[in-house]
Amino acid sequence: MSEGYEQSPSPRDVGFNIVSRRNVIIGAAAVAGAGLLAACGDDKDSSSTTPAASDTTAAAASDTTAAAATDTTAAPSGDAVTVGVNEAEGTKPYDGAKAGLDATGVPYAGNFVDHNSFQDNITSYLQQPDDVFTWFAGYRMRFFAEKGLAGDISSVWDNLPDFTEGFKTASTGNDGKQYLVPTSYYPWAVHYRKSLFEEKGYTVPTNKDELLALATKMQADGLVPFAYANDGKWPVQGTFDILNMRLNGYQFHVDLLAGKEDWTGEKVKNVFAVWTTLLPFHQENPNGRTWQEAATALENKEAGMFYLGTFVSSNSTDQAYLDDLDFFNFPELDAAIGATALDAPIDGFMMAGSPKNAEGAMAMLTAIGSLDFIDAVNAVNPSAVPANSKFDSSKFTPIQKKSAELVGSAEFIAQFLDRDTSPDFVSNVIADAFANFHADPSTIDTILDDIETQKSQYL
Amino acid sequence: MEAEIAAPVETATVPPVGRRRRRRYSQLSRGDKITLWLMAGIPTLIHVVFVWVPAFVTIALSFTKWDGLKLGTWQPVGFANYWAIFTVFDGKFFPALFNNILLLVFLSVCSTVGVLFAYLLDKNIRGSAIYQSIFYMPVVLSLAIVGFIWKSVMYSPRQGLFNVVLGRTEQGNQIDWVGNSEKIFQFHIPGLDTPLGLTKNFAAILVAMAWRHIGYVMVLYLAGLKSVDPAMREAAAIDGCNEWQAFRRVIFPVMKPINVVVFVITVIEALRAFDIIFALKSPIGTKVLGVLVRDNLVGEGGGSVGLGSAYGVILLLLCLGFIIWYLINNYREAES
Repeated sequence: MSEGYEQSPSPRDVGFNIVSRRNVIIGAAAVAGAGLLAACGDDKDSSSTTPAASDTTAAAASDTTAAAATDTTAAPSGDAVTVGVNEAEGTKPYDGAKAGLDATGVPYAGNFVDHNSFQDNITSYLQQPDDVFTWFAGYRMRFFAEKGLAGDISSVWDNLPDFTEGFKTASTGNDGKQYLVPTSYYPWAVHYRKSLFEEKGYTVPTNKDELLALATKMQADGLVPFAYANDGKWPVQGTFDILNMRLNGYQFHVDLLAGKEDWTGEKVKNVFAVWTTLLPFHQENPNGRTWQEAATALENKEAGMFYLGTFVSSNSTDQAYLDDLDFFNFPELDAAIGATALDAPIDGFMMAGSPKNAEGAMAMLTAIGSLDFIDAVNAVNPSAVPANSKFDSSKFTPIQKKSAELVGSAEFIAQFLDRDTSPDFVSNVIADAFANFHADPSTIDTILDDIETQKSQYL
Repeated sequence: MEAEIAAPVETATVPPVGRRRRRRYSQLSRGDKITLWLMAGIPTLIHVVFVWVPAFVTIALSFTKWDGLKLGTWQPVGFANYWAIFTVFDGKFFPALFNNILLLVFLSVCSTVGVLFAYLLDKNIRGSAIYQSIFYMPVVLSLAIVGFIWKSVMYSPRQGLFNVVLGRTEQGNQIDWVGNSEKIFQFHIPGLDTPLGLTKNFAAILVAMAWRHIGYVMVLYLAGLKSVDPAMREAAAIDGCNEWQAFRRVIFPVMKPINVVVFVITVIEALRAFDIIFALKSPIGTKVLGVLVRDNLVGEGGGSVGLGSAYGVILLLLCLGFIIWYLINNYREAES
């Protein structure tokens, strides 16, 4: 593992677009006036088939495409840039991406693919990629860059004044060059219903004792403290990440996933020991439950909290519930470590290793890094938080605003377990291991031994 | 075709005459020959290109380490992938292999049930068309769809039919059908840490597969039964056979071609099983060899082409084993 794998943005030093108190108030007023936007959320596994109310916006935006397509001022080359996007037609993220790409003014030919298929077929896709394609920051981005499958776009970054150093670091490969233009990010946090907390007199916990006290009180009130799911074997990876970062710190997370730390060591065993003590506060049998079902338990006030990405809200269209939904940072478990790290995956666009239209691709990526792009995307699909620091925070939805604040206050940002290490290792070893742990927590020592032995095959 | 095979010999001895003679004696016109060549050649070409070439490439790749990203970057590693499968990944491989074996046993039982249903429906009982439709309906669905249906309609812990009917939808007493990997029975094999056995969720998947497989076999067998000469049944009845004897001694032997088809289908379905488990997102305890191949070859984790190919080769050898055993048996019977 080269040193570069350890790089990750530390937003407080370098500033994610932290919203100042004043802006928050102004923004809140503006948003409240504009009417709240529903269905915020990432698209991970989301089955949103309703082309949302913003259809007209998208249609209007595509009308401008026709004009934009002929307007070649922004494009130095005649050929249209091919763009691969991991969103299928008919979804809100698709409308957003399309509106954004249209707004760039660069002539392009879009190749829109369903989210999961795109991710699953990335290996074969990269044999003949589009000039520009969607991907995300993290281990795999650097890996593709190292293999020459992604193009060096350092020259594009010379023209991207709107991004903070944190995002630049997250977009940098092991060779110190940039390979990604970030578009948006979303944090993982503990979601809860404000009304339930008010009704029962709960307060947001900030440390382990408060968390345990709250969970115990919830159980006494007949609630399951944490909704919990692991269908697809990725949701609990988030729980592992946060427990690991709370107990062992961010650097250990990085080293463990880079293969430098021992999975059978005391530190990892401690994570599972704490996890085991917390399991009784979670919904039983998560292996067969989808996150959508768990989100429903939160919505129905059967569960008090749910630790998941902010896309949790995309499971519901009930406006009253969405207004009631709020989240807080996962409390600290060890005062010496604090609660300064969290998972906040960053999405963005990369360039092919050898694009057919390099000039056009660079122009497209520069445009994607501009305010126009993200403005157009956000107008249609305000789910994740724009990475562009010049983005007008008064346009934030409440969830975006809270997300930006949460991430802005964090000292270390991780990308998520399967983005911070080799995805083969995660999907072939870790995913099953965690599921086995939930099937029978007492077998954890054997499970960790297996991880450590199998790790050598991947890292 | 015989003429063509013989041709080179003739041409070798008396070239000009032979060629003319062959043309004269051949019953096939020039057009016929072209047609024959096209009809045999194109499928052969397709078969070779799409079946044999990938098969041999897979075998070759199973001896390499390759991340699947760039052609030519593979490194030969000898038997390292196989070694890894039997040592490092034994906890994945053997349970998956055992699941395939369980599937084979279970589907054989289902096939028998299908044959029984077919036999009953062949009796022209009242409403047989309705029964046929009911049993046959699932067959028109792909196994992946069957998986989705059972997962969301039948097995969902909250809204699933079974839990609703059983009154087990409450938090805490829900039955986790596809997630529960507890074993119904298990046994230890010396040298293997992981016990082998039938997990509850795999049993649940078996039930869903039975739903489709029984109907499939039933229809195949029913079609065969319809073509059995009624005179044979009458003869058997006159000779004093009871129902079982008539089936065992008369109908079953006559149905041999269909029996072979049913047998082959059962074996193939058991070994190639993949779609339904993958559609259920391959929960722990339900993996079969096909899923292991896929997990290592494609997907976001598809960076171990060598390992995935090695799993594929093992699966190929298992299939070949069955096919060879079957062919030998068949020829032996034909000879005797």
